[in-house]
Amino acid sequence: MLIKKLTDANGLPGNEGEIRSIIKEELEGHVDSMLTDRMGNLIVTKNAGKPGKHIGLSAHMDEVGMLVKRVEDSGLIRMGLFGLDPRILPSKIVVIGKDKVKGVIGTKPVHMTKADERAKAIELDALYIDIGASSKEEAEKSVSMGDFVYFDSEFTEFGEHKIKAKALDDRAGCGIIIEVLKSDIKTPVTAVFCVQEEVGLRGSMAAANRVSADMFVNLEGTVSADMPPNEDYEKVTVLGDGPALSLIDRSSVYLKEYVNKMTAVAEENAIPYQFRRTGAGGTDAGNYHTAHGGTPVIGVAVPCRYLHSPVSVMDKRDYENAIKLVKAFINKYGEEQ
Amino acid sequence: MDTKKFVMSICDASGVSGYESEAAGIIKDAFAEYCDEVSIDRLGNVVAVKKGKGKAKVAFFSHMDEIGLVVLGLDKNGFVRFHQIGGYDQRTLLCQEVVIHGYSGEKVFGVIGIKPPHLQEPGDAEKSVKMSDMLIDTGYSEEKLKELVRTGDIITIKRKMIELKNEAVSGKALDDRACVAAMYECAKLLKDYNHDADVYFVATTQEEVGSMGAIVSTYNIEPDIGVALDVGFAKTPELKPSQCTEFNKGPVIEYGPNIHPKVADMFKEAAKEEGIPFQLEVYTGNTGTDARVVQVSRSGIASGLLALPLKYMHTSVETISVKDLKATGRLLQAFVKHLNGKDLEETLCL
Repeated sequence: MLIKKLTDANGLPGNEGEIRSIIKEELEGHVDSMLTDRMGNLIVTKNAGKPGKHIGLSAHMDEVGMLVKRVEDSGLIRMGLFGLDPRILPSKIVVIGKDKVKGVIGTKPVHMTKADERAKAIELDALYIDIGASSKEEAEKSVSMGDFVYFDSEFTEFGEHKIKAKALDDRAGCGIIIEVLKSDIKTPVTAVFCVQEEVGLRGSMAAANRVSADMFVNLEGTVSADMPPNEDYEKVTVLGDGPALSLIDRSSVYLKEYVNKMTAVAEENAIPYQFRRTGAGGTDAGNYHTAHGGTPVIGVAVPCRYLHSPVSVMDKRDYENAIKLVKAFINKYGEEQ
Repeated sequence: MDTKKFVMSICDASGVSGYESEAAGIIKDAFAEYCDEVSIDRLGNVVAVKKGKGKAKVAFFSHMDEIGLVVLGLDKNGFVRFHQIGGYDQRTLLCQEVVIHGYSGEKVFGVIGIKPPHLQEPGDAEKSVKMSDMLIDTGYSEEKLKELVRTGDIITIKRKMIELKNEAVSGKALDDRACVAAMYECAKLLKDYNHDADVYFVATTQEEVGSMGAIVSTYNIEPDIGVALDVGFAKTPELKPSQCTEFNKGPVIEYGPNIHPKVADMFKEAAKEEGIPFQLEVYTGNTGTDARVVQVSRSGIASGLLALPLKYMHTSVETISVKDLKATGRLLQAFVKHLNGKDLEETLCL
């Protein structure tokens, strides 16, 4: 399954090569050209030069995680974080570097803690990775400063229609674009698989300058808070209610005219959809939005619980519906004069 | 079976206090290969006997129960509220994968979630999330979940043991199945050895909630010497030197009022005779181990306590050294050897 392959693979900001290779392999024979720019963004064209509106698609390849900041004399490893809440780190297994060295993040035994201490979060400074090495010298035989650190979290299907995986933000978006590019769309599309979204939308800054399209659709894994005790108005998105369309976030105001085009396509094709009911977060869409004198952007996202954690959860039906929706949109508006 | 393989297999099995049967089954079968009799008593303790010449009874106790979680009730939309059996630090539970052992017989996968950074309020990041505010996401609808799970079902953290460098292994339930494996190592070493004492290996139940298994099994066996084996705190950066012992430096022989001094001395002598590395530690009060109840069983038992150094106790990444584990097994064998030819009445006289 493509989404399993994409989420089990590892790609932190600045280290997206493994993901890029999988995408290139998947797209071989389905597209006209593939180009990797200086930052590592993968830019793919299909139906170039054919008549119709030129639609841009974008998703990011990177995920949240950690890197090795320092190896201590004791052989223990201190880490730096990308986009992670340190509270999720205790009692996890991690995988370090190219050789996939396993390590654990332990904590002080509960027996040695006081109640007021347990009410506070454990700070990052108090956490470290133990790979079993007994000295710095021994640890450095298998890990180096700057090595990337991933959670050991395997794609799992569970419950009804649910999957659990790390990196659904934004391998879900990568998967949707791959499926769309493999389909029989007829009009010109340029797809951008970006690097470094999680460290400040960096990859798309460069990609947006290179790629000019009539409009951009940005594909994401987005926040859901549809669990108790939240009221309906607090849920942001609800799993199983269909792909979520963006109205506003920290990087874009999505032009209503284009949002309406997308909802019209969903309704004509009986594809469920919902609006993303928060202004929090920002996506690569913002960079396309303001590039080349202004480009209309549309945000389509798969709702995910526990985003930015190793146990993100999505509903497979939302993912499938997002693929259908983007295909139907291209089929309709690609041909619009 | 290779002892490392054995410890990894029993730790992956589930056996929360009072619900030890899955782990117990594997342990019973494994000890049967090296012992003369293996049985399970009314409170679920696995009792394996390696017969000697019947001159004395020595019993080793290691608890096979692990801490775990339990279903309090079902919330809306397929979410489960839970509480703990034994003591976790709530901060180690976020984003764990779990298995709910449903009354239906189905093992239901779930995850304990957290509010994503995008939606947190200022100040949230400094506080820990209370266990009573946590939810397990099962991915099921409420109606379907009711058919699978109900209040009282046991939950374990989904964890497969991993190997680290230097013969270390990490996972859940090493407290105290690592010591069950140390007894197993001893049983293997004693297989073709003639010893005076009958040796009882007991994998006890319910230690984490008050050593009820050890109360019952000590009463049933009525040993001359009863030695508890449990994991102890190995050195990590958060602990003061007075709170821990060294990792990879051998088992710890404990002294203090909960321990018969002559038993501790004999362990020390036996370790020296066989060249087994060991460390010493002193407990001033009752230990939080099965030794607490062993000592006062029947009309008083000569009790001993060995500790196996373990890092990150009561988490799902508990870590031990297999070298320490095997040394602990060798020390048990050395102790049994050391008793040969001894008159216990005289030896244990205070």
